[in-house]
Amino acid sequence: MNDLALQALDAVTRRGVSYADVRAIETRGREIATKNGKVGHVSGSESMGLGIRVLAHGCWGFAATDDLTREGIEAAAGLAYRIALASVAARKHPVTLAPEEAHRATWVSPYRSDPFSISIDQQVALLLSVDAELRRQEGVSLAEASMHFERQRQVFASTLGSLVDQTRVTSGAGFSALSYKDGEIQRRSYPNSFGGQYQLKGYELVEELRLLENAPRIAEEAVALHSADQCPEGEFDLILDSSQLGLQIHESIGHPIELDRVLGSEANYAGMSFLTLDQLRRLQYGSEMVNVVCDARQEHGPGLGTFAFDDEGVPARSTDIIRNGQFVGYMTSRETAAQVGETKSNGCMRADGWGRIPLIRMTNVSLEPGRQSLDEVMGAEHAIYMETNRSWSIDDKRYNFQFGCEIGWEMRNGQRVRMLKNPSYSGISTEFWNACAAIAGPEHWTLWGVPNCGKGQPEQVMGTGHGASPARFRKIKVGSAYAG
Amino acid sequence: MRDKEAADVFGQVTEAASAGGVTEIEAILSSETQALTRFANNTIHQNVSERTMHLSVRPVIEGRTARAGTNRLDRDAIRRVVDEAIAIARLTEPDSELPPLAEPAGYAQPVRQFEDTAAASPEERARAVTEAIHAVESQGQTAAGIYSTGESFYALMNSRGVAASHRETLARFSITAMAADSSGWAKASACHHTAFQPLQLAQTAARKAAASRDPRELAPGRYTVVLEPAAVLDLVGQMFGDFSATAIRDGRSFLNDRIGQKLFGDNITIHDDALDPQQSGPPFDGEGVPRRRLTLVERGVVREIAYCRQAAAHAGVEPTGHGFPLPNEVGEAPMNIVIAGANSTVDEMIASTERGILVTRFWYIREVDPYEKIFTGMTRDGTFLIEAGKVTAGVRNFRFNQSLIEMLSNVEALSAAVRASGEEVFDLVAPAMKVRAFNFTETTRF
Repeated sequence: MNDLALQALDAVTRRGVSYADVRAIETRGREIATKNGKVGHVSGSESMGLGIRVLAHGCWGFAATDDLTREGIEAAAGLAYRIALASVAARKHPVTLAPEEAHRATWVSPYRSDPFSISIDQQVALLLSVDAELRRQEGVSLAEASMHFERQRQVFASTLGSLVDQTRVTSGAGFSALSYKDGEIQRRSYPNSFGGQYQLKGYELVEELRLLENAPRIAEEAVALHSADQCPEGEFDLILDSSQLGLQIHESIGHPIELDRVLGSEANYAGMSFLTLDQLRRLQYGSEMVNVVCDARQEHGPGLGTFAFDDEGVPARSTDIIRNGQFVGYMTSRETAAQVGETKSNGCMRADGWGRIPLIRMTNVSLEPGRQSLDEVMGAEHAIYMETNRSWSIDDKRYNFQFGCEIGWEMRNGQRVRMLKNPSYSGISTEFWNACAAIAGPEHWTLWGVPNCGKGQPEQVMGTGHGASPARFRKIKVGSAYAG
Repeated sequence: MRDKEAADVFGQVTEAASAGGVTEIEAILSSETQALTRFANNTIHQNVSERTMHLSVRPVIEGRTARAGTNRLDRDAIRRVVDEAIAIARLTEPDSELPPLAEPAGYAQPVRQFEDTAAASPEERARAVTEAIHAVESQGQTAAGIYSTGESFYALMNSRGVAASHRETLARFSITAMAADSSGWAKASACHHTAFQPLQLAQTAARKAAASRDPRELAPGRYTVVLEPAAVLDLVGQMFGDFSATAIRDGRSFLNDRIGQKLFGDNITIHDDALDPQQSGPPFDGEGVPRRRLTLVERGVVREIAYCRQAAAHAGVEPTGHGFPLPNEVGEAPMNIVIAGANSTVDEMIASTERGILVTRFWYIREVDPYEKIFTGMTRDGTFLIEAGKVTAGVRNFRFNQSLIEMLSNVEALSAAVRASGEEVFDLVAPAMKVRAFNFTETTRF
């Protein structure tokens, strides 16, 4: 791997570039799924290739290949250089990069149990046990359970002299129960929707999730939702569980703080951001108890955004994004940091495999734990509590959002008084965060993994991390998804 | 990648399978070269090329199956991936409903590969992009977008003699023109890159940006809307995964207990047709079955759904050629949607509207209710007020929460159907639509 990366770097450097980097990547994956008592998808995969990024005549070029012969690498290097030259036709200003040191390092993400060393039949057996438990509940039409594992080794080499060898092991697991009855479909998922929980861990994650123990409750709730009352429409105090709050952070804080989006790079697809440069250190993003960091360091936790170096060789950092409610930081790259006069990138460049260029992506964008007990968060006189995301949507500048959840409860003085189906809420990002009235403490804080964040053209899919504790928000618009 | 190279690879797959004591094996081999020139702030800022290959193999061993994949095609890697697939398959539970490997069939050969599109160079893309940027910049606006060209090969072969392959080129151009407080957008895709003109798309985007400046904020509510084809595509395209026998059997489709019912208006007829001249993609499915033309909706009545081989066997019907590669949980879905149009035009729809909203595109569409097929999302990049038959102003973008069942019952006019390209679902053939009582529930700040 080192040799391949250095060979490619040499092939492109010989052509005369102002900067170049190479990522050689080897990935192994395993996916297992069960459905209604049967094994569904079982697959193993491997992939190896490299991507070459060059800066020549002030323009970027990039070419990726899985032809790792000397000729294949030479051809990719030549193409990357040619593409950079072609870009000169529409150059306005030469690209400049914030300075960075050369780094030489080897890093392996910590894990206790290699998921690839666990036999597939053992993994299938656990999923089938969960499946059987879900279908024990009368009224469950569809039981689905799955596990996903990936090990990715990446060697990064750059003309700065960096040579960084990183290996990341990620795991994910979860299940759902769907119930169709009398013209209504209800679903409950555990521990989160869209595949469950994902972290930078080995098989120990699956063991920690206690899938089997939670299956009966989830199945019962899926069926009970049919006879629950429809979530009312109006303004209510709103309490969110930490998984839904994780996605709220992702959409209404994580994406708007991407500096490439702010500067217009994503305008045609993902959109732009309401966090224009004049808002930095001026905007009251949230109430004073809201503190948000973007932190890729290992000490933040085993998130999908945890690494030692980003994909342009910048060490993992922690950056304050919101401090005491004030907006104080963006996620940057070497190029965007230079554009706004920062002296360093804060290390948020990540690529979806060897075939795609690095973009500014969320690492772990997390809400710091609050000082309230869970009872204090839940203890509003009258509130609606929602759990587990069902739908999510936000405009292309990240102002107006609407989320739906799988299940809700009407709360009075901290007690659940009735279950609610089809709960949803909506609002404007800054108004929502300024309405934050209580955040539970660190003992209730979970670092959630979002495995499917899309951005870029061609589209790249990235895993991001979001830590959150349950929190309460004042006077939020509830129920508009079913209004009208 | 050519057919002969694919056959050579498959020969190595069967050889490795035989060595492992397996005679029933399937291979899917694909290769792709894609190049994309991306621009923003009136300059090319990302410019990439990617070459990929992928081989996946699936043995069938006494009712058991599994798939393993690799992007390495040397002899050792092929043997390794076959060994892994066999090892995984032997560890899984047998499935009494698992169909045997597909039998050979005749496949149509649509011509969707064009040498000049495959050979489009970075310099050609840069020239077209530069011209498009100039068209927008000359209006005092800022351009962002992409121009991509590429070529792909897809082959499915199995030990029972199936040898299906498909070759295709595809080009896409998309552009957003941004003014001080407004924006416009246009996009096109085609197998042959000369089928659309980037400059014309740039001019359309610039015109929309200029026309929507100083947007007015309107109260949310029910409005008559004129949806351009991209808006129809991205919203209506969300429902076709439900036209699936497996989805119905699972209870996750809105068509449960609704097949044969009249769900939509008389003017709604929808086919799935892989051979439609405006479509792209292979004429066979992920199991090696030829794609059959389906009448999904006829004059508002749901008529046909897609069946993979397992679902077909369960229902006692013939498979329709819409299955995904096995093993999978989803089953099948129609992927070559053609929504029948009519003889109106967008201009005529506007002229016949007393008060309404013209929508260029939707964004971030997500399902709110899976059975009533309620979706939420935003308007984006060119939303206009129609008054007394004329476009009179740009408006701030709306959030909608709209049932597709209701929407397709409220269609008052349709244009001719065109190949439409959006961002939320795969390209399909769709008309513009005039729809009454479309449900906008909120507005945003721009």
